[in-house]
Amino acid sequence: MPDISRRRALTAAAALAATATVATVVAPAASAADHEHPMPMPGTFDEVYKGRRIQGRPMSGGGHHHEHGGGFEVLIDGVQLHLMQNADGTWISVISHYDPVSTPRAAARTAVDELQGAPLLPFPAN
Amino acid sequence: MTVRKNQATLTADEKKRFVDAVLELKRSGRYDDFVRTHNEFIMSDTDTGERTGHRSPSFLPWHRRFLLDFEQALQSVDSSVALPYWDWSTDRTPRASLWAPDFLGGTGRSSDGRVMDGPFAAAAGNWPLSVRVDGRTFLRRSLGTAVRELPTRAEVDSVLSISTYDMAPYNSASDGFRNNLEGWRGVNLHNRVHVWVGGQMATGVSPNDPVFWLHHAFVDKLWAEWQSRHPGTGYVPTGGTPDVVDLDETMKPWNDVRPADLLDHTKFYTFDS
Repeated sequence: MPDISRRRALTAAAALAATATVATVVAPAASAADHEHPMPMPGTFDEVYKGRRIQGRPMSGGGHHHEHGGGFEVLIDGVQLHLMQNADGTWISVISHYDPVSTPRAAARTAVDELQGAPLLPFPAN
Repeated sequence: MTVRKNQATLTADEKKRFVDAVLELKRSGRYDDFVRTHNEFIMSDTDTGERTGHRSPSFLPWHRRFLLDFEQALQSVDSSVALPYWDWSTDRTPRASLWAPDFLGGTGRSSDGRVMDGPFAAAAGNWPLSVRVDGRTFLRRSLGTAVRELPTRAEVDSVLSISTYDMAPYNSASDGFRNNLEGWRGVNLHNRVHVWVGGQMATGVSPNDPVFWLHHAFVDKLWAEWQSRHPGTGYVPTGGTPDVVDLDETMKPWNDVRPADLLDHTKFYTFDS
């Protein structure tokens, strides 16, 4: 479990409250535009949702063998959530694999709801 | 010859033999290999890349072969056992006998989703979850929570009436029978049932819930019903399609079986009706 400072958590919570009705902040265009995934890179996010830190961001470094989020990754308390983008632009995660949602943030929140406080396990890195 | 029966018609003895064979596969470690294989394919099948087990034409023959493997494993324990199917368009409530304590057990408790009765409840000690995506080692369900209604027979019939097996781009954006049955498009049959059950059934490690096999045995039966309704049409594509299993190409992980080998289920089993 990563350390989340009280200030950081409060800031994230405040930011969440302030932007609750505002459209997702648009992140800068993806660096290496992946020609296999021509869809726009989703917005970066970092918030505390139901007491857990959820983050979404363009992946740093080389793409993971198992990663199919189009170069975007989501973490829950610092553990990567296996994410996948569908052809129509919707998203699923390994926690909710048969029920597409519109954004990676929605997939992360759904995963937190489903986990009910349980730790996410890192998926096999092979 | 194996006869796959509607789960609602099984005798008490047939239910017990099925459950006991599943528990023996679990005890021996063979069961978890099936869960692992399924999760590996579900994480690697992508709309823009190689796709075999899901979101592709081979969704149906891949699962037919996967279920055959599982059924043969069950029969190595008890040769009288066949996979039953769950017609979720008929047995569509948590009160169905499928979910009784003498068969699969019921829904999970509200606090943590834990299944509390039946042979697969964690408390019985015979069903530890070892292939999983989170820290929880107990079987969970939340029947009818994330989506209220299972598909109706009218919705099933609307999908069976689609005359084309599959269509380019042969993924989750396709029109055609396969993707409407899989559920990424249209009224949503197969995917919605995973969501309706909830718990591990909604995740990539869905075979952790034994209802996975009964669900897919019915999806498989619907493929057979579709073939009966559309005898002039068949599996597509039939050759030269990148990232997609064509009719005469072999499928992973077996590498020795093609969709063409799996179109006729009567080589392997029949249905009760």
